[in-house]
Amino acid sequence: MPPLAPNDPSRPTVSSPSSSGGGSPPPSPELLLKAGPFLRKGVTTPRLMVDVILGLGPVVLAAIYFFGLSAILIILAATAGAAFTEFILPPGGQPRGRSLKDGSAVLTGILMGLCLPPAIPMWMAFLGGAAGIGLGKLAFGGLGQNLFNPALVGRAFLQAAFPQAITTWSSQGTVAEFSTIRPSNFALPFMQPPPPVDTITTATPLGMFKFEGQAESLNNLLVGNTAGSLGETCAILILICGLILAIRRTFDWRIPLSILATVGIFSLILWLLNGERFATPLHMLTSGGLLFGAVYMATDPVTSPIAPRGTIVFGIGIGLLVVLIRNWGGLPEGVMYAILLMNAATPLIERVGQPRAFGRTEGGKAVAS
Amino acid sequence: MTTNTPPPDAQPDVESTSVELTVSAVDSQVSSVRLVATLAIAAMLSGLLLAAAYEITLPIIEANNAEALQAAVFKVVPDSTQLQPLVWDEDKEELVAWSPKKSADGAGEESSASEEPPAGLVIYGAYDENRQFIGYAIEAAGAGFQDTIRLLYGFNPRAVLPDEPRHITGMEILESRETPGLGDKIYKDPKFAENFLFLTVDPSIELVKDNPTAKNQVDAITGATISSKAVVKILQKSTADWLPRLPKPGDEPAFIVIDDEQQQQQQEAEQPPAEESSEDAESDTEGEEDPDNG
Amino acid sequence: MADSGSSNPLMLGSQQQAGGGSVDPDRMYREFAKGIWKENPVFVQVLGMCPMLAVTNSAINAVAMGAATAFVLVFSSIFVSLLRSFIPKQVRISTYIIIIATFVTVADMALKAAFPVVHKDLGAFISLIVVNCIILGRQEAFASRNRPLYAVADAIGMSIGFAFALLCLGATREILGSGTLFKYPIMGSNFQPWVIMILPPGGFLMLGMILLVFNWAGQTRAKRRHRADGEANAGGEVGSAS
Repeated sequence: MPPLAPNDPSRPTVSSPSSSGGGSPPPSPELLLKAGPFLRKGVTTPRLMVDVILGLGPVVLAAIYFFGLSAILIILAATAGAAFTEFILPPGGQPRGRSLKDGSAVLTGILMGLCLPPAIPMWMAFLGGAAGIGLGKLAFGGLGQNLFNPALVGRAFLQAAFPQAITTWSSQGTVAEFSTIRPSNFALPFMQPPPPVDTITTATPLGMFKFEGQAESLNNLLVGNTAGSLGETCAILILICGLILAIRRTFDWRIPLSILATVGIFSLILWLLNGERFATPLHMLTSGGLLFGAVYMATDPVTSPIAPRGTIVFGIGIGLLVVLIRNWGGLPEGVMYAILLMNAATPLIERVGQPRAFGRTEGGKAVAS
Repeated sequence: MTTNTPPPDAQPDVESTSVELTVSAVDSQVSSVRLVATLAIAAMLSGLLLAAAYEITLPIIEANNAEALQAAVFKVVPDSTQLQPLVWDEDKEELVAWSPKKSADGAGEESSASEEPPAGLVIYGAYDENRQFIGYAIEAAGAGFQDTIRLLYGFNPRAVLPDEPRHITGMEILESRETPGLGDKIYKDPKFAENFLFLTVDPSIELVKDNPTAKNQVDAITGATISSKAVVKILQKSTADWLPRLPKPGDEPAFIVIDDEQQQQQQEAEQPPAEESSEDAESDTEGEEDPDNG
Repeated sequence: MADSGSSNPLMLGSQQQAGGGSVDPDRMYREFAKGIWKENPVFVQVLGMCPMLAVTNSAINAVAMGAATAFVLVFSSIFVSLLRSFIPKQVRISTYIIIIATFVTVADMALKAAFPVVHKDLGAFISLIVVNCIILGRQEAFASRNRPLYAVADAIGMSIGFAFALLCLGATREILGSGTLFKYPIMGSNFQPWVIMILPPGGFLMLGMILLVFNWAGQTRAKRRHRADGEANAGGEVGSAS
């Protein structure tokens, strides 16, 4: 295990039995030796995870409201996949099930489920959760060691494995359809979902704009009355939840703010240059997975920079990549790849963005006394 | 390796470089002549072997290529059994039947390069058993989602029936790297291929999302809009380039019978239609790969 | 490597020629068998990763690549071993490369003539066999120091080991990625293919999984032996695998 970063609010209290090795000697009464940090916030990893899960609650409810019972099934399947993998492949030789208790696998599963389309088969959601935890987290050595956001790794895996199923968007259920479950959810494991009926498939607002040149009305985007992944449609709700989480200091507010500001400014410039070709900044900000990604995905404390300057660089990078991919890439949406790419750049950003420590220069060298 | 003292029996060779001298002087007593000779002999033997292998495989490879081209042309122009390359002559501004002899005359000297029709300016005329012109087969390429898509399409310039417009008679993807499972439907989905069996070009071809209503519309593949669009774009560009160059219906270049025995391609073209012309590319692939399994 | 002979191939060659012509069948078998499992070029030595990842999206491609590599490896080994006492040490690598490149080009042309479709699928990777480190590695480590019969046994063993690894990867990727094996549908018509498996990332994922399984199997076996012996001799496979 690497030394714990002193200014990471989430790390100091992660119980890491492997690092402490086999039983520390009983403290001697005369001399108490202890490694820093000495000031601790009363925040533990499980509490942090519960915080985020509670913050996700309204978004989950909105997903169920908009997409019906399918949403519950998919989120449950993804969570089960994530938790199951965490259970059977414990990181670092820990006893089975211990690492499950910090709640991070459940959180990954819920996040993973929320960024899937409503008609995806449940077995794919399960597989996505398993791949996210297995490839995205456990392969690196468990919580705190992973380079990429596990939920997005799972989604990227599904995107590459089942490009058709993950881009089949079904329209929102009306109240009458609330209790009807999309038949493709129940495709047998490893089997194809039944072919989607043309009348219930549709395009996401971003897809509509990219391929048809039609912009969705801002009202629908804000309320969430559009096609899309389960959790990403209702812009207002995500903003409110994000605000609450930011006030509670569950995550660093600089990250979402710098992402949204960058996307807003960059797309405003493009829109002013060519209003026909490029979407309005508001359309860019409220459509697709941008808000959801900025609030819930990019702020993962493990995979984002810690230093304040670093977080802003991180956010600006994501914002630029999102606009670039959306406007010039092959796919209509690029939030997932933007965040994953910046996850990969995080260790580099961390090196540049380190604040000056007391008694040291910017470069980290000790000041000559 | 640090000592530079030459051993007693090291031959002072003026041609060898100092590095070689140092190495050979320290490790073993090999003259640089022998080093050069070893490499030269190895290279010579290798050259001989390669030349032999090349001579043996070249005719087979060329026959394979010609066969693949024929199969594709006969597929996109139904009922055709023979083909001949047609070249757009930049000077005369007309389409002429291409033969290696002619271009050799033009070039003034016999060279292997003139045996290939110039790339980019050649299309194929397709003819039936009676050497009657049936249609053109035109190769086109353009950017796809992943990489360049190369395709071949058949074009019938004249109306067989009185009110029949000129139209595309078939389309075959020759090369593409589109995403497996999505974009590769442009050559795996038989429904998409059906779009091109009778596709008119006036007005220009267009891509539609839902069921096509007019003869110039192509139905996009669900989930592979970009690749479908790429194919239509390639066709639009190629028809815009080539259709003005085609001669008036009825004035197509006649099929030239070549009695020169060296022209394997044309001779094979005169053979009765092989089985593969009726099969599609998929089963062709399987047929050819089967021997590998056994 | 397998053979840590004298540093001077010239000397070794002359020694062995002086040593007489009898062939030890046990040693022949050992040289042949080691490449298949114990010193498998992919699973143990982790060599030849480029073709391993690039052309294993179907079992047929894997077999074709395995066959082409085997052809090059066996013939290069024969020639290198035969010529080992004539090739001066200073130009040995260049000479090996000439020999290897010759057979690679022959394999390339032969494949193009015989199986044009497979050749199109494999593309540049047939030509890239020339830089496959398994081949040059075997020439340098084995063929240049041993008699032709042993060199052939070693080359065939290594080729089978490489082809086996290619086929493992190719078959799993084809089954998951296309639902077929050697183009024969085995997963039923309704199977949902995992497209990622026939794309490059799938190659990395499957290779990682297979190496994981191989190392895990090696470690469990070593542990069991360790327990059985009661003696700490957990060297062998685990040491070389990790």
